Amino acid sequence: MPKLVKDGAIIEDTWQRLDKPEGEAAEVRVPEGQVIVPLSVWQAQREQLQARSDIGVWIDSDESAYDLGNDAQSLPLVAVNFPAFMDGRAFSTARLIRERFGFNGELRAVGGFIRDQLCYLSRCGVNAFRFDDDNADLEKAQQSLADFTEFYQAGVDQPQPLFRRRA
Amino acid sequence: MYIYDQYDHEILRQRVAQFRDQTERYLAGDLSEAEFLPLRLQNGLYVQRLAPMLRINVPYGMLNSTQLRRLARIARDYDKGYCHVSTRQNIQYNWPDLDQVPNILAELAEVEMHGTQSSGNCIRNVTSDQFAGVAPDEIVDPRPYCEIVRQWSSFHPEFAFLPRKFKIAISGSEMDRAAIQVHDIGLQLVRNGSGEIGFKVLVGGGLGRTPVIASAIREYLPQEHLLTYLEAILRVYNLHGRRDNKYKARIKILVRAMGAETFAEAVEQEWQHLKDAPSTLRREDIERAKSYFTEPDYQNLDDASAQAQLEQQASDNIAFGKWLSRNVRQHRVDGYAAVTLSLKPTGIAPGDITDTQLEHIANLAERYSFAEVRTTHEQNMVLADVKKTELFDLWQEARKLGFATPNIGTLTDIICCPGGDFCSLANAKSIPVAEAIQRQFEDLDYVYDLGDLDLNISGCMNACGHHHVGHIGVLGVDKKGQEFYQVMLGGNAGNKASLAKVLGPAFEAEEMPEVVQKVVNVYLENRTEEELFIDTYQRIGIAPFKERVYAKAS
Repeated sequence: MPKLVKDGAIIEDTWQRLDKPEGEAAEVRVPEGQVIVPLSVWQAQREQLQARSDIGVWIDSDESAYDLGNDAQSLPLVAVNFPAFMDGRAFSTARLIRERFGFNGELRAVGGFIRDQLCYLSRCGVNAFRFDDDNADLEKAQQSLADFTEFYQAGVDQPQPLFRRRA
Repeated sequence: MYIYDQYDHEILRQRVAQFRDQTERYLAGDLSEAEFLPLRLQNGLYVQRLAPMLRINVPYGMLNSTQLRRLARIARDYDKGYCHVSTRQNIQYNWPDLDQVPNILAELAEVEMHGTQSSGNCIRNVTSDQFAGVAPDEIVDPRPYCEIVRQWSSFHPEFAFLPRKFKIAISGSEMDRAAIQVHDIGLQLVRNGSGEIGFKVLVGGGLGRTPVIASAIREYLPQEHLLTYLEAILRVYNLHGRRDNKYKARIKILVRAMGAETFAEAVEQEWQHLKDAPSTLRREDIERAKSYFTEPDYQNLDDASAQAQLEQQASDNIAFGKWLSRNVRQHRVDGYAAVTLSLKPTGIAPGDITDTQLEHIANLAERYSFAEVRTTHEQNMVLADVKKTELFDLWQEARKLGFATPNIGTLTDIICCPGGDFCSLANAKSIPVAEAIQRQFEDLDYVYDLGDLDLNISGCMNACGHHHVGHIGVLGVDKKGQEFYQVMLGGNAGNKASLAKVLGPAFEAEEMPEVVQKVVNVYLENRTEEELFIDTYQRIGIAPFKERVYAKAS
């Protein structure tokens, strides 16, 4: 089973992620088990899916956190996708999911992000990292979470900016 | 000047370690070219035509003599003995070895300097007025706010992968010397009716391929809300700025597409959620930042007698008098003046400076100006706090060292990017054109008589030489592998910012001195006594210039 980094530890990934549908989102059959569905599928099948406790939703970089909105609070997992690592919208989307919509569950980065982004992503509230590349060196990735241990700005991890904490 | 505490040092130490690891992984083949690209850019490292180029931030242009000496040492040990002052007040090295860059950054960190976010699609070094703190027309000293923004923007986790680069400039005076109308965000410090401090917020200005004058999206933002408001602007941009085409990815394109009002509303909506968050500045936070920018130890000086002495010296020595009128500015404090050291003698690439020159400037700063120096976006250096009684001594020393060319603000004080000699983006060389024009106008009396005249040269449409806002702008273009130069007139960088208009078809490099001469002649023939070049241009328009320059030889 593929692995991921979650809360600083390397664990097995028990979730399966559905691709975006080519056809109607309403007609996608969501399988049993822990499934991360595209935002469009969630929106189209919200009523049925809400009854399940093993559904997560992934938001693509051109989709808005607002379109999931407060629904996030009822989900165990939300994922933000990087179509390419240079596409930095997921950083803002992650913060909105955490700070605007009060999501406390697993916030997962998926897609083409790179190890060198982990520290900043975790400051934006992402606590799980599932690399596209199954051979990614997760132990090294784990270490990158600690590239910085002190920060100037407020973040999800530390709501007080440094200027309020300086002795 | 700001002084690092243990937090600043620790953060920067971690940054250097991070980049050292990234460089090693790249050299070992564990990090791909594409992945290393933004990481090295965000540490100031470009890969250029001939060698890497390393850009070092000079936060809002402030340097002390220790830092100057370190920059000199790095130029000597890691480069070819010189560096370059950029048009954003930064320092660039043109010949470092890639594998040595982590060592250079470690040496810089010891003197509280770095290349963090000096390039790449992130928030760049904050720029400001080189006369901050000493200008008589200052409303509020912008430097404490620059430092607050510097810290907020450095290693900002949310805004390190923006659609495109992002530049912020802050001005605290009536005369805008920081070109805030052509920045992604321009902040003008203002006081409201009750004397409280705040900002007028401009967004979406910029040069480059699509030059735009910024739009005001808020007339008065109380100072305590500075960071949350900036965060709102950046978030709207990060989420909605175009990413499909890098030439349409700057915030100016988004502001234009949405319309400034709609953009302002989107920012306002976002801000309502962020307003009053812990990032709101308390009085003590602002006071703490201000405590680093207190007045140096000025003496009580007799301005009238110093002024009388200066006038005597100026009439005894015409060359000194000219330097005084071009390179020396009024100071807020009696008996002091601000001096611009010209880095534009003819024959030297504008803004280039050698290791020994940097050390000489460090000496001058220590002797005459509280050991501090500022870099300017016009690519010169400023000694901001010189006693008037010592100006003559300083002039004599600076003259010997080659920094006293009395050309500040004149035609030969050319703003010029490194161009095709160094830069891989450039379409054409810019330095040889600058030099040819300087040679055409070698007669200092003539140049002096022309008065204020900004001539700006860029080697490509990315506009690092700010050609759109030069009174005379020159843009290098490539036509089927050959270099040509487009001339434009009527740009202006200050409060009355305007964009230059293209004169007509482009010229070959050899024609450029003659073309500029013709433009200058039209001005000379048409000016009234009190008119500067830009005034005459605005009165008579572009047609007479066009006629003269493109007249068929009879």
